Amino acid sequence: MRNVVVFVAILLAAHLAMLALGPGDAGASGEGVRVGVVFDVGGRGDKSFNDGAWQGADQARRDLGARVRFIEPGEGTDREAGLRLLAAEGMDLVVGVGFIFTDDLLQLAAEYPDTRFAGVDFAVPTDSLGRPRPLPPNLVALKFREEEGSFLVGALAALAGGSRTVGFVGGMESPLIRKFEAGYAAGVKHVCPSCEVLSAYAGVTPAAFRNPGKGKELALSQYGRGARVIYHASGSTGLGVFEAARAVRGLAIGVDADQYPEAPGFVLTSMVKGIDAAVFDAIRRVRDGTFAGGVRQFGLAERGVGFVDDANNRALIPDPVRRRLAALRDSIIAGRIVVPST
Amino acid sequence: MSRPPGPRWAEALLPPLVALAIALVVGDLLILTFGQSPRIVWGVLLEGTWGNAYGMGQVLYKATTLTCTGLAVAVALRAGLFNIAAESQLAAGGFGAAMAGLALPAGAPAILAVPFCLGAAMTAGAIVGAVPGGLKAKAGANEVIVTICLNFLVLALLNWAVAEHLHVPDSLHTATIRAGGLPRLADVHAAFRGSAANATVLVAVAAIVATWWGLFRTPGGYALRAVGLSPAAAEYGGVSLGRTWFRALVWSGALAGLGGVNYVLGYKRYYEEGFGFGAGFLGIAVALVGRNHPVGVGIAALLFATLSQGGLAVNALVPKQMMDVLQAVVILAVVASVPEVRRLVAQAVPRRP
Repeated sequence: MRNVVVFVAILLAAHLAMLALGPGDAGASGEGVRVGVVFDVGGRGDKSFNDGAWQGADQARRDLGARVRFIEPGEGTDREAGLRLLAAEGMDLVVGVGFIFTDDLLQLAAEYPDTRFAGVDFAVPTDSLGRPRPLPPNLVALKFREEEGSFLVGALAALAGGSRTVGFVGGMESPLIRKFEAGYAAGVKHVCPSCEVLSAYAGVTPAAFRNPGKGKELALSQYGRGARVIYHASGSTGLGVFEAARAVRGLAIGVDADQYPEAPGFVLTSMVKGIDAAVFDAIRRVRDGTFAGGVRQFGLAERGVGFVDDANNRALIPDPVRRRLAALRDSIIAGRIVVPST
Repeated sequence: MSRPPGPRWAEALLPPLVALAIALVVGDLLILTFGQSPRIVWGVLLEGTWGNAYGMGQVLYKATTLTCTGLAVAVALRAGLFNIAAESQLAAGGFGAAMAGLALPAGAPAILAVPFCLGAAMTAGAIVGAVPGGLKAKAGANEVIVTICLNFLVLALLNWAVAEHLHVPDSLHTATIRAGGLPRLADVHAAFRGSAANATVLVAVAAIVATWWGLFRTPGGYALRAVGLSPAAAEYGGVSLGRTWFRALVWSGALAGLGGVNYVLGYKRYYEEGFGFGAGFLGIAVALVGRNHPVGVGIAALLFATLSQGGLAVNALVPKQMMDVLQAVVILAVVASVPEVRRLVAQAVPRRP
């Protein structure tokens, strides 16, 4: 009995001693815009979505002197709690990463009219007639024209693949992923009207975004039917697509981030989504006093989407094709080509 | 022959105290390795949890769910059964409550709608609990394996139902319930504004009292504990093992299902895919630290809720994973110190012959 009491007393003494240690003031003081970021449940280290937001905020920290705080939520109620914690601290801008923050951001924006909020991939609510509802003036929805980037990689697949058949593997069958497919197919048909697009989805639930086995199976079947290039928009299901590309020595196109390292030599390019640029842009606007609520679309013109063309894959893209793609990009930006999103 | 009261209290209270002291010191060391000051981090943690009404509300909210899943695991453990399915029972309970709330006509009187939705949540959880209960009673199937498998099955099924049929476009949640919503604490006292805490906290307190009464003051509870302590002796004494196991797991499932009410009826008023992520599994830790006693479960739930909400508050200073480490330290310390403390208490105060 006494031993236990002595043990606890020693621990508490050690605790008290350590309270005196460490740096005195943890609060980073100084100028600069104050930014809070709440990640999606996946959190840091997902190599696409959340990491993109982190990079954008980190760049703002370096280039704009922004002071950034990150929160990684656990269960469902932590999303609102995290946003509220940051808003209550008087942040200049609070960012929620992922469409799942839609409801929480709408509520917080109403409760904290003096704080500005940004939602990456925010799902703008619609009224009963399907028209988008106006957003509060302190809330900006950062949305991406995934179809425009997909159009370019579709054209690339048809021009550089060396086959009249190209493939597409989607994750969860949903309007968001169909946007990728529609843009991709339009790009293929634009440069090669007689080409065929093979299309398959891994499933109808969110689990379809993390099923590499299914991804490999679908990709192998498409390669077997004559496709030389397969574009995937399917989260980690795409890891199976890369594996299939390696197995049959075909080509795959990555998504969201540069996925070249997943299968070096077998990745034609990646359709990248500039979440970092969008987040950085939102922070810059707050700093410059040009923040405005509403929907902000990031397409080719805003460099919000694009494709990778660097030392890794330069050899896979012939120069005439590169010039053709540049012309297509200019046409889309100028509005001469309208890319469908459904 | 009753034992002296002092040591019995010491036996119950010392392990958590030892665990807390160890967790504090481990936490200090972790904080220092991140180059932060323990004084500031613990200060922010306290301020963000018990320092204001909002923080307290968040802790109460999280503790409510954990109390329900903790009680669920504790009841099963009292019968000698390990219920790993609290995670899916919690989700099923929330789903049941949402379906009941959607089925009711708008404006249904709360006095009818709320009990109906609560009943639906408990029934949904109990149905999930009845599967391992029935298989254990009839076929002798190991409830650990059955409940682990059941988690995958039930969560995938709910996922499919919501993602495929019931969701609002561009979201992963159902429509808002028409009736059966519970008032938030913020409606009663403005200081709680913004916190998710709601009347389900009273439901959880009632569940603690009812579970205590059921376990320690009813013949059924006596039989349940007897089976847990010694199945052979209980069976010799005339208790039906199969029936007791079945009842224990159904009861356990209903308690976990009740936890789903907290989010669905009290907070968001819709069922959302993955709303209670991890709260079911954490219920196992809550039951262990609470020593399978209903009151202990309530206190342990408050402790884990404080760590969880405090983890958000200090997230800018130290990584969230630090709180996961502290949770694990508390669990390990409690589990390890229980026999040791029991031995030392026995030495210090010799029992009367």
